[in-house]
Amino acid sequence: MSPTQFERAAEATPPILAKKIRGLSDRAIAWIFVAPTIFLLLAINIFPLIWTIRLSFTNFRVNRPNAEVQFVGLDNYRRILSDADIWLTMQTTAHFLIWTIVLQVLIGFSLAYLINKKFRGNDLWTTIIVFPMMLSPAVVGNFWTFLYQPQIGLFNYVVGFLTHTDPSSFSMIGDVNLAPWAIVIVDTWMWTPFVMLICLAGLRSIPGSIYEAAECDRASKWRQFWTITLPMVLPFLMLAVLFRGIENFKMFDLVVQLTGGGPGSITELTSINLKREAFEKWRTGYSSAYAVILFVTVFGLASIYVKALNKVKER
Amino acid sequence: MSSYSITEPSKRQKWAAGSFVIFYAVVTLMPLLWIIATGFKSPSDAIAYPPKVVFQPTLEGYVNLFTTRTRATPEMLVQAGEPKTWYDRIVRQYDMVIAGPSRYGERFLNSVIIGFGSTFFAIVLGTAAAYAFSRFRVPLKDDLLFFILSTRMMPPIAVAIPIFLMFRQLGLNDTHAGMILLYTAINLSLSVWLIHGFINEIPIEYEEAALIDGYTRFQAFYKVVLPQATTGIASTAIFCLIFAWNEYALAALLTSGTAQTAPPFIPTIIGTGGQDWPAVAAGATIFLLPVMIFTILLRKHLLRGITFGAVRK
Amino acid sequence: MKSKLFNSAAAIGLLFGISAFGATGAQAADLTLCWAAWDPANALVELSKDFEAKSGNKMKFEFVPWPNFADRMLNELNSGGKLCDLLIGDSQWIGGAAENKQYVKLNDFFDKNGISMKDFIPATVTGYAEWPKNTPNYWALPAFGDVVGWTYRKDWFAKPELQAEFKKKYSRDLAVPKSLDELKDIATFFQGRDIDGKKVYGAAIYTERGSEGITMGAMNALYNFGFQYDNPAKPYELQGFVNSEGAVKGLEFYKSLYDCCTPPGASDWYMSQNIDAYKSGQVAMQMNFAFIWPGVNADANVGGDKSGYFPMPAGPGGHFAQLGGQGISVVANSAHQEEALAYIKWFAQKDVQSKWWTLGGYSALSSVVNDPSFATSQPYAQTFLDSMAIVKDFWAEPSYASLMQATQKRFHDYVVAGKGTAKEAMDGLVADWTKVFKDEGKM
Repeated sequence: MSPTQFERAAEATPPILAKKIRGLSDRAIAWIFVAPTIFLLLAINIFPLIWTIRLSFTNFRVNRPNAEVQFVGLDNYRRILSDADIWLTMQTTAHFLIWTIVLQVLIGFSLAYLINKKFRGNDLWTTIIVFPMMLSPAVVGNFWTFLYQPQIGLFNYVVGFLTHTDPSSFSMIGDVNLAPWAIVIVDTWMWTPFVMLICLAGLRSIPGSIYEAAECDRASKWRQFWTITLPMVLPFLMLAVLFRGIENFKMFDLVVQLTGGGPGSITELTSINLKREAFEKWRTGYSSAYAVILFVTVFGLASIYVKALNKVKER
Repeated sequence: MSSYSITEPSKRQKWAAGSFVIFYAVVTLMPLLWIIATGFKSPSDAIAYPPKVVFQPTLEGYVNLFTTRTRATPEMLVQAGEPKTWYDRIVRQYDMVIAGPSRYGERFLNSVIIGFGSTFFAIVLGTAAAYAFSRFRVPLKDDLLFFILSTRMMPPIAVAIPIFLMFRQLGLNDTHAGMILLYTAINLSLSVWLIHGFINEIPIEYEEAALIDGYTRFQAFYKVVLPQATTGIASTAIFCLIFAWNEYALAALLTSGTAQTAPPFIPTIIGTGGQDWPAVAAGATIFLLPVMIFTILLRKHLLRGITFGAVRK
Repeated sequence: MKSKLFNSAAAIGLLFGISAFGATGAQAADLTLCWAAWDPANALVELSKDFEAKSGNKMKFEFVPWPNFADRMLNELNSGGKLCDLLIGDSQWIGGAAENKQYVKLNDFFDKNGISMKDFIPATVTGYAEWPKNTPNYWALPAFGDVVGWTYRKDWFAKPELQAEFKKKYSRDLAVPKSLDELKDIATFFQGRDIDGKKVYGAAIYTERGSEGITMGAMNALYNFGFQYDNPAKPYELQGFVNSEGAVKGLEFYKSLYDCCTPPGASDWYMSQNIDAYKSGQVAMQMNFAFIWPGVNADANVGGDKSGYFPMPAGPGGHFAQLGGQGISVVANSAHQEEALAYIKWFAQKDVQSKWWTLGGYSALSSVVNDPSFATSQPYAQTFLDSMAIVKDFWAEPSYASLMQATQKRFHDYVVAGKGTAKEAMDGLVADWTKVFKDEGKM
């Protein structure tokens, strides 16, 4: 049956007739279709979440099957929130989050702006630019340690060549001052295309007629950019920031492969710290509380942000 | 300035923009090209200083990736006789013999099984749920949709703690079934959201017409909606596959030998003593290439996929 | 814990998933041996072919690189996995694995098969097999003796012009160092020097952050400056022993060695990076476990006469070296315990152990290492014997991972990241360890 037949039929049919159905009722089908998904989500998401919350009030440890599990009330939460080291990892995460977002927004937007000039072959180059973000962060992160090696790494060699310094005079991963930037650079390399794509969609959603009207009003290009381009792309940009923010708050694979949290604890993001507590020290109850705190933080921050985003969209 | 449109950028602008973008693309591509090139270097070329751009290509990295080798005593070498194959010969340069295959093949296969398995279930369940959300009045629909999305906001390590305990009780740690189940659940959020968007775009009138023609609701879904949503579902499937393919944290924590996928394995490839960079690079190349190809296939739907359908192009 | 309800709910919840995909096929009676991925493991593959031929069992191997080894294998044990039948687990795991019954206790098996722990090097029995320490309760058979020592460029040390210059500067011969201070002098001497047209550096030392690297390195200095794990008279009393004056000096020494004499970027180095640096001719000396010596000796660039070996030099507070090495255990969860025990029985035989040594595995069997021909059988054999005589090991407590993590953080923060003072680091370590032992109820 071809679509045109349906189209014709559709035109002739009042929507109410759709309610007349045979076989299973709509209600039944709806439930059959939705139930497996809900069921799986309950089993793999909600149930574990409840379990985590429960464990967070105990001193349970996976590697002590014989030890008695005690209810410790809010002790775990108190210990975590008063632990200076954990606040330090939060700061590290914040530094990582802010700088990656700033850099990715600046570079990503500029790239999108340039690509939107619609030069020949822009589709091809866009696809090429997008490659890094589609790849496995762990595999790529691991390889970046090779690029960062002072003696043999390509990165050091190129930077050394461009700045006329000795490539082995600095170590991106080993130096306390450089390591936080080493992870920012790789994340920016990987995820700038993401921001770029979203910005590009934003730029392409602006109707040309607006610019034409502005051009008639003799508005300068600069003014057009500030009064038309930027405000219209802003909701898109904010969405990109939301996605990057959530992703980088969760960041684990890339950084764990790159620096493992070192040197010292300079690049120990919260996720890495949590992994140490949960799967190296096996303090299950304690790390459950930790996980709950992180979860609440992401949700809290994200929902505040989404509210702001919706306000911008409404404007 | 072109004459037909005042907003069309000038030739010079286009040229300048083009060269900037191409420059960026070349720079951004360098690490990837370096991975591919390193895979064809000999171990000493790979760690040469200054880095070698021109080198004698060799398949040593690939041989090392797929084999385990033992250092042989002189007597053993004599006993083993002349190397018989080209890969024997490569290994023999270092007074070593091939002791057997490496685990890379298995890990790659695991990635394929778990990736495709979880994608299949995520798409089947996701399509059904998305259709229901799109066409029926499901109670608490918006809340449910948001809730499904929220599952992706949790840090994977936080998710791993209870899953680890649960899988331990059920004997699902380090099994294919466990990983497929887990990735299916995680990918469901993506598939429901994306397919929901695709189905919403199909005019409801088509189904109504089909229903009038005497189709049951299920037939209408099967024979009318599905064919129309094929492209959307296919691109969603590729996104699910890429996620499962690239996932590291959960695989590293919940699998060890039987069901381990390639991402936790590749960084642990080491040679005699140090990390064997050509072998790592070879493993990475084989692993990354499919995703690059998928990216090219997906380029039209890329934006939609990475933003959970929030941005359409 | 009243988690029965939760468990059964979980079981029901997942029944769907399991039945939908079916169980993953169980393997035949293959034996899987888990160990670290390193040279000795490859030698073991070769060695095991004899067992395969004799027993008819097929051996499978699961090798994990050192930085991930503890992580992966402890995860495996704690998750109740069935991956490994045999596990050559690190010496420090023995307490946890024994107390949680993750390993099979081997006393009865040893008695029945005439295997006596008296036949093995005493340090390895205490280090790899016993829990609680110094009691005849055995959970493993010493499989691979290992200890931290040094490898040096004999050819560089022998260069006349360097010898002359060194003598002028330090008024002694450029030779194997007898003390840690001498070691530092030599490292300083080589740092940044041009040799054969290439810039070289003093020493490669352990600085790895993620697993146990920097601890395995720095502890050597700490031991030899007077660090003790606890009061010998009163177990778990840390104050004044862990943060003794000597311990602080030892950590300061390790930092000074890191600052003065390591290659740039050597901030996260463990066994493999040190080998790379040494083999590519970057460093004059490398700290590393003895397992690397067969590989160095056979290396095309630095092997043979070009390299020499020496044990950890003494310090003002003693003469010790960090113990490495492992025992082989049967995993309690294994479905093939009989076959796994048969493997251990086979492995304990004298001729298998001798062959183990020729293939590059450091046998812990006394009759192998005490054989008159042993010391001269390889250039590094004597150094190995000397080193094994002075070993000391990290905590092997069930809470070893927490103790290790705390140590890694304190040491790396101070030595590599330069945060705070050595005194603060050691005081902090006392506080960390006290917390762990208090949580355990040991204090």
